[in-house]
Amino acid sequence: MVLQSLKNCLWLSCILRTPKACFWSTASGGLIIQSVSNDVYQNLAVEDWIHDHMDLEKQQILFLWRNSPAVVIGRHQNPWQECNLRLLRQKNIKLARRRSGGGTVYHDLGNINLTFFTTRKKYERMGNLKLVVKALKALRPQLDVHVTDRYDILLDKQYKISGTAAKLGRTNAYHHCTLLCNADKFVLSSVLKSPYKGLKSNATPSVPASVKNLFEADASLTSEMLLDAIAKEYAVQHHINHHITLINPADETLFPGISNKTKELQTWEWVYGKTPKFSISTCVNMAYKDSVFDIKVNMDVKHGRIEVCNIDLPEQWLPPGLYSELVKSLTGSKFCPNETTTLVTTLLRMCPQDDELYNRWSLLCENIIRLM
Amino acid sequence: VCIHRVRSCSSIRFIKSKYVCVFDKSALKFSHQQRLFRTSPVSCGQIVQFKLSDIGEGITEVTVKEWYVKEGDSVSQFDSICEVQSDKASVTITSRYDGIIRKLHYSIDDIAFVGKPLVDIEIDASKGVAPEEDVVETPPMSHEEHTHQEIKGHKTLATPAVRRLAMENNIKLSEIVGTGKDNRILKEDILNYLAKQTGAILPPSPKAEIVPPLRKTEAVPAAPKDKARRIPVPVSRPIAFSGKDKTEPVTGFQKAMVKTMSAALKIPHFGYSDEIDLTQLVQLREELKPLAEIRGVKLSFMPFFIKAASLGLLQYPILNASLDENCQNVTYKASHNIGVAMDTEQGLIVPNVKNVQVCSVFDIAVELNRLQSLGSAGQLGTSDLTGGTFTLSNIGTIGGTYAKPVILPPEVAIGALGKIQVLPRFNGKGEVFKAQIMNVSWSADHRIIDGATMARFSNLWKSYLENPASMLLDLK
Repeated sequence: MVLQSLKNCLWLSCILRTPKACFWSTASGGLIIQSVSNDVYQNLAVEDWIHDHMDLEKQQILFLWRNSPAVVIGRHQNPWQECNLRLLRQKNIKLARRRSGGGTVYHDLGNINLTFFTTRKKYERMGNLKLVVKALKALRPQLDVHVTDRYDILLDKQYKISGTAAKLGRTNAYHHCTLLCNADKFVLSSVLKSPYKGLKSNATPSVPASVKNLFEADASLTSEMLLDAIAKEYAVQHHINHHITLINPADETLFPGISNKTKELQTWEWVYGKTPKFSISTCVNMAYKDSVFDIKVNMDVKHGRIEVCNIDLPEQWLPPGLYSELVKSLTGSKFCPNETTTLVTTLLRMCPQDDELYNRWSLLCENIIRLM
Repeated sequence: VCIHRVRSCSSIRFIKSKYVCVFDKSALKFSHQQRLFRTSPVSCGQIVQFKLSDIGEGITEVTVKEWYVKEGDSVSQFDSICEVQSDKASVTITSRYDGIIRKLHYSIDDIAFVGKPLVDIEIDASKGVAPEEDVVETPPMSHEEHTHQEIKGHKTLATPAVRRLAMENNIKLSEIVGTGKDNRILKEDILNYLAKQTGAILPPSPKAEIVPPLRKTEAVPAAPKDKARRIPVPVSRPIAFSGKDKTEPVTGFQKAMVKTMSAALKIPHFGYSDEIDLTQLVQLREELKPLAEIRGVKLSFMPFFIKAASLGLLQYPILNASLDENCQNVTYKASHNIGVAMDTEQGLIVPNVKNVQVCSVFDIAVELNRLQSLGSAGQLGTSDLTGGTFTLSNIGTIGGTYAKPVILPPEVAIGALGKIQVLPRFNGKGEVFKAQIMNVSWSADHRIIDGATMARFSNLWKSYLENPASMLLDLK
């Protein structure tokens, strides 16, 4: 198999200490690479690296990648608005923020990602998507797939099987898209539904769509077949050999500096802190002993941190000193359940130890933390 | 009016011609193309309106999503100015000039138009002058930035992309010998340096975005005239330290710790330490570990320490008590909720195991596993973190022998466990044997706990651990 022989070639060149000519070769007008990693952060870091460091004048690149379960939000989106963060945490599904614009998507191994790297001048999304459709039709002529003017690919004229996003820099640009082959639609729909109410934000909203897997149209299709078909079509259109080179995103010799990019993509400051300013205005229903009442909660969150915090409690429900300590602690803290839990439990240490107070405090704090 | 781009040397300070040059050391180029320019009179400190350039695909308007600069900031060519978004595409707009931002024409979420001004940049006033000939523009070029590292008066020349690459790899530019023109540091130089460091093979460098000039030396007209040009070739350069202090607000976990420790200050602490021979316990744990694994639980030493502490607290309940604010009343807590200090990525947290007095060692191990996995995932709940009555801190897993732990209010005692070391000790027959020794350091609230009580509790705890079989007698 072509894939295998190239793998050996790379390995061999390592041993012989010859330049990896077969890899970054500029002899041809294009290069097709595929990641061996399923880590969303590592793969996004590869995109960043190529975008920042490579000269794409003579050579365009097609990057093929798949991720283990992850939700990927667009550069300017609000994760609280886009997905069920509680569910993500429970199910250990990663959350990543990519550098391109667009909406939120769910990745798992049944979804393939394609990134088309070109110079900024040669940036052209429609052409790329038409290439994908051509490849699909070549593989299975009976598939009813077409590209819309919103840069989506639809199956059977109504189901979205691919979403698109792009990033443009000074000299380079990339256009990437997803392609649903055999993803878990159940998990997809449950994680992409936000339970958070009362959010007001100018972040880019996602446009929900009905999705379908290509597997549902033709059960003989696999991710590997699709990757191969698309690579083949790309090779034809770029007049290059149909070789897919495997790359390891953790390889610092191939991508000097990539581990820093990978780390940055995982920081809280990037994933949550880059959320455009938003506010929460909601009523929390509290049931305590024999009474049931609503408390109004208003918060402004900037850079993922609580800028302003207002909790409308009934008078004297909590000792006033404690209430103001709570507001003071929350202000400036991350809008994050873990950090809030730490702060509120610490504050409780400072109080008179009485069960009544403890119960009220716990009830209030649990409800506040649920908003995050 | 074209703004001419000129490369000149900072040492030229006199006005050479009737033209006053705007630029001192900067050689700014229009991106991407070769052009011929005539020099033209330009005044110093000129404000240029930087227009939003074409995005492609016929797009005419975009939304401004984030500013990377604010009015008054200085920028270099190729620095990022802002991020705009258009129809699923996020575009990074970079500066074409060196200068100071004087005006931002849009706020966040405003619509910006292609071809209209985005920011006003004041180009730096010049100190020197440019020669008057035509300047041949070359493709985006390395040029001297304002933020050169000055080392013994020599400047290290490198493009922003090269600088970034160096920074990402923690390389000081001063340690690299540049092979480009004027000892300019090229991307190849950095990659070669890295290769030498790691002994790794690098690809023939994927051509850098910014390519050194194709040797069109007439592109640098200043060259022949730069009589005073300094060519930096020192033998050794002292490395200039350019680190700066960084101030940031105290938030989150740190804030919590500040509050806790400030409250703890009010407690008069006294310390008491001892040494425990864990030889028998080590052996016992080895035997029990596989049994626990079969049940799906990781068994460390902590469950034993925690259970032994609870047995001790049954005899000395004052150590499981709480003193009220006015020191008027002592509350003896019925439950032994023993806290275990945990070090997570974000900082120190202390979840507790509830009701240890009715738990078996295995139960404690199960609960500890649960708390540990939640703790590392940052998902501990409020009930896990409240209600503690006594705390143990196993600092020995990181290292150290003796410690002086701080009591966590509203508790009155805490124990810090050092690491287990293999040390020589004498047995009953006067022979030297290999003992597994661990040190424990207790701190207690001297307002209600006296030294004798602490010592007796410690002795009891120690006896349970040195002779684990004795725990069987008192287990409930």
